[in-house]
Amino acid sequence: MSLEYFQVLSVALFSIGLYGVLARRSTVLILMSIELMLNAVNINLIAAAAFLDSAFVGQIIAIFVITVAAAEVGLALAIILQLARNKSTVNVDEVDLMKW
Amino acid sequence: MTEVLFGIAAAMTLGGGLGVVATRNVVHAALFLLLSLVSVAGLYLLLFAEFLALVQVLIYGGAIIIVLLFAIMLTRTREYPRISDNRQWPLAILAAGGLFAVVTAAFLWKPAPDAEPQGPGLAKLGETLFTDWALPFEVASLVLLVALIGAIIIARAGGRG
Repeated sequence: MSLEYFQVLSVALFSIGLYGVLARRSTVLILMSIELMLNAVNINLIAAAAFLDSAFVGQIIAIFVITVAAAEVGLALAIILQLARNKSTVNVDEVDLMKW
Repeated sequence: MTEVLFGIAAAMTLGGGLGVVATRNVVHAALFLLLSLVSVAGLYLLLFAEFLALVQVLIYGGAIIIVLLFAIMLTRTREYPRISDNRQWPLAILAAGGLFAVVTAAFLWKPAPDAEPQGPGLAKLGETLFTDWALPFEVASLVLLVALIGAIIIARAGGRG
């Protein structure tokens, strides 16, 4: 088991998340794909911390990433609720008020 | 032994991730996401990050999935059991595949020197967090507070501005 295993796994998970963000229409699913991408970044950070860094800065930064992810999900839920209330849709391609 | 465990956790992580982006049912997507996130906690255990594995299960498995399920429940629309992707999905596959190829090539180009994974242990992690990283830690708590107050104000019933 070496660092490359974790790095390739992390890139694979990040790519899956990127596909989800680009291809999905529902905001809830886009949010889930963003969570996948954040987790891919965390895997990479923690693997690098475990294999390379004797000060374990990666683990500290991963804690902050998780904090920001929690804040982001809370805000996103509020925005999705307002979207559903005002536009009665949660699909990103139907929210085109500012699209020329 | 660790290779086998890594294989199981990695397969569950990627399988859950693929489930999230492939399924046609939003609730199934949330459950696939739960599978993926909990397997990531297993990967953290393999990397000797016990505290983060615990946090992963608590925050992601406990809080974030529940919030996502709330979002699904409160915005229920008729198409949720059978949702469709947008028309750019071939481009999305191209972009994701391209990113995977480029970054994987970059990682494998110059592999890191062989080492054994090791962890700081909870005591050292906590000590570092509250000495060297005390200010960022306080700022993170402020970020959480501001975000949650903002979420309450945005989501308040009838609150339009």
